[in-house]
Amino acid sequence: MKKMKLVMVGNGMAGVRTLEELLKIAPDLYEITVFGAEPHPNYNRILLSPVLAGEQTLDEIVLNPLSWYAEHGITLHLGKKVVGVNRRQRVVTAEDGTQASYDRLLIATGSNPFILPVPGKDLQGVIAYRDIADTNTMIETARTHKHAVVIGGGLLGLEAANGLMLRGMQVTVVHIMPWLMERQLDDAAARMLQKSLEDRGLKFMIGAQTEALLGDDGGRVKAVRFKDGTEIAADLVVMAAGIRPNVELAEKIGLHCQRGIVVTDTMQTVTDPRIYSIGECAAHRGIAYGLVAPLFEQAKVCATHLGEFGIGRYLGSQTSTKLKVTGIDLFSAGDFTGGDGTEEIVLSDPYGSVYKKLVVRDDILIGACLYGDTADGSWYFDMVRERKNVASIREHLMFGQAHLGDTGHAGNNLASGMPDTAEVCGCNGVKKGTIVKAIRERGLFTLDEVRKCTKASASCGSCTGLVEQILMATAGAGYSAAPKMKAVCGCTDANHGQVRDAIRERHLLTIAEVYAQLNWRTPNGCASCRPAINYYLISTWPHEALDDPQSRFINERAHANIQKNGTFSVVPRMWAGETSAAELRRIADVVDKFKIPTVKVTGGQRIDLLGVKKEDLPAVWKDLGMPSGHAYGKTLRTVKTCVGSEWCRFGTQDSTKMGKELERALWRMYAPHKVKLAVSGCPRNCAESGIKDVGIIGVDSGWEIYVAGNGGIKTDVAQFFCKVGTHEEVLEVSAAFLQLYREEGWYLERTVHYVGRVGLDHVKAKVLDDAANRQALAARLRFALDGLPDPWFEFDKAAVDARQFEPLTV
Amino acid sequence: MSQWKTLCRVADIPKLGARRVTRASGGDIAVFRTADDKVFALLDRCPHKGGPLSQGIVFGESVACPLHNWTIGFHDGCAAAPDVGCVQKFSVRLDGDTVSLDLDELNGVVPEPEPAKALA
Repeated sequence: MKKMKLVMVGNGMAGVRTLEELLKIAPDLYEITVFGAEPHPNYNRILLSPVLAGEQTLDEIVLNPLSWYAEHGITLHLGKKVVGVNRRQRVVTAEDGTQASYDRLLIATGSNPFILPVPGKDLQGVIAYRDIADTNTMIETARTHKHAVVIGGGLLGLEAANGLMLRGMQVTVVHIMPWLMERQLDDAAARMLQKSLEDRGLKFMIGAQTEALLGDDGGRVKAVRFKDGTEIAADLVVMAAGIRPNVELAEKIGLHCQRGIVVTDTMQTVTDPRIYSIGECAAHRGIAYGLVAPLFEQAKVCATHLGEFGIGRYLGSQTSTKLKVTGIDLFSAGDFTGGDGTEEIVLSDPYGSVYKKLVVRDDILIGACLYGDTADGSWYFDMVRERKNVASIREHLMFGQAHLGDTGHAGNNLASGMPDTAEVCGCNGVKKGTIVKAIRERGLFTLDEVRKCTKASASCGSCTGLVEQILMATAGAGYSAAPKMKAVCGCTDANHGQVRDAIRERHLLTIAEVYAQLNWRTPNGCASCRPAINYYLISTWPHEALDDPQSRFINERAHANIQKNGTFSVVPRMWAGETSAAELRRIADVVDKFKIPTVKVTGGQRIDLLGVKKEDLPAVWKDLGMPSGHAYGKTLRTVKTCVGSEWCRFGTQDSTKMGKELERALWRMYAPHKVKLAVSGCPRNCAESGIKDVGIIGVDSGWEIYVAGNGGIKTDVAQFFCKVGTHEEVLEVSAAFLQLYREEGWYLERTVHYVGRVGLDHVKAKVLDDAANRQALAARLRFALDGLPDPWFEFDKAAVDARQFEPLTV
Repeated sequence: MSQWKTLCRVADIPKLGARRVTRASGGDIAVFRTADDKVFALLDRCPHKGGPLSQGIVFGESVACPLHNWTIGFHDGCAAAPDVGCVQKFSVRLDGDTVSLDLDELNGVVPEPEPAKALA
């Protein structure tokens, strides 16, 4: 079959990214031709500033070397500007007469710098700051000349000024607005930034209006004159007063343009269905984006449509900003200007050069502006994007995520101050230098890419904020974080909420149905999505949807915990941590009989037998004669208890009895993640109820119930939920809360994150304020658990494939 | 000329699952069955930290190692990028419903797996 022809006009980051995405999913669909006006292959435009500042070289910022184009059979026309397109005959023509015909055309012409229309703008020594040629001109000029004037005190202007200063020039920044970076900073933060840059040697003329550029006899610029008549010397003038979408070609060939080439959510132009547009030249819902992350999202969507998969829509992005000037920490996101109906939380320490402003509307964080200490930028940004309710953490909000307690990276929370040898990710032992190197050498832009390549923050995720900071500092201002709602995995664009809704609303009962209805890209998913979908099915339709053991992680398939050497560990259930001589004897006999190397007491008041061979598991279970402890699953693990009033001289309630009742009611319960309970008999709280998913504390008049605590990666103290009088009430409230979590939680989301996402008020409304709903939730959980088998003894009923315990031989 | 040794029937391997095969020397082998009943065999040892691939989740024509989630492809026994490393692949013959392995390969000296290359 003859391949279709795809022509791309423009050879920049957004366009080439689209090709990369397209080649991934449909490598053989098109014969591809690329026209680039610059004589270079695709390079990382964001890193021009570090190149100007002398921190990187041009070679280092090339993203796709010429060999990449050759490998993929792409015809590349460098240094050829496209000047015409015949849309009827579908032929593209370049300046030098080169022609290419197309079936699909992708216009990715990017943007042009805005050149102030003042006299003298065409003098020698007056340039924009946009590409490699401009950068080289600046580097050359800095060698031979002294005075530079940068017009525009925005992101790009300040980076240019900083670079020129580092190259030895005396630099004045001229800015017409009342403060620097007015679109990214409020006046207070901007004043701090200005002072810090002045301390480094930059000069500023704020509010100054350029009237003309004056030349010498040789036609080279020599001075800048302002409206008020003053003049300053200038051997080099850099125009950094903004960019405009480059729509010259698009307008010429009759495509509808309004603040950019107007495209739909699939990045198709509204004028011609054969023509797509992406990047800084495209206007999506009235916005032409200039940052890399939104453009990469567009690229992904565009590629699926070019690849004829026909899925995915681009819905717009929230963006954040970070200035790429070494040693200056600055971050802003969302609507940080405030105004009517908003509340501002401000911390200002001009002496210590720290300023933070958070803007809240209706208990939702809508914007943040940080200067000096940006450690929590990505954390705030996440909340802005997720529209998270912050009422419950409001008093801590200003003090950041670290204030909420993180473990595993030695209390470090400021990436910029860390040496390259410092460990960022405690789980995978990744040092800062390794991450920086990977970002630079492999051209990484997103958190996901960094995770894949370095494993940093890929395990527990507690260092995600640090890794994002390093990414922002290294990959630069163009970086902004992942899309608003993350897809379940790379197999789909649907997020967890959408999948759950579809399963419930359309009564889906099998993984195959879910994949078909939600247009999964892979035939049978991956190791990330299959376990999630399997859980959603069996939790939404208990006794109706069939559990699929092959879609479960090995621990839940073998009903034991795999260890690093491939053996397993076995933890029998001891109701509320109470055991007996008979049980202990049986355990001892099993240890002897099967030569189990290690016996250890767990944190959940049970006994762990470590190093059991897989083929021995069924016999070990049988000899133990105790129920499965489910220590291996996303299930109810234990109910930890203190001794309680039966023995303890301080005890006010019988915590052990309460714990046994809870554990017997809830065991075998699968959940989005593991679930741990504790019951303490008095406020001394010896069972540590304050860091459990559900923690119960006995008081003289009854029981206090706490929810959404966590003792893991991030220590989160459980929140007070309610106080009740009787055991029955404890059972009902606990069951209802856990059922709500089972129904609404996302796979691998602990209760603390679930409650953080939906808000404690939502949970209270469903469980506490509405008695009928509480009873209904508890009843649904009872129905789901009713008749569930013990997987250690009822293999058939529990869908345990017994063949796995018998190896084949040859 | 290969000599084929009968192992089992296709139905003895769970769909989208695996069975472990023990042998006298050279280490266990994992045999996998895909959704469309293709059968593949790899040494049961992930090139990363030696995890038993037979215990992983099978998807498409690959398996995710149960220890650290490396994805190993059935066609070449190699890890998906960015991870680097390969494990020995064994030939499989499907004769109707019967799964056979190559006797020479089973008895052959197993070359040491390539050491896993983590990023520096």
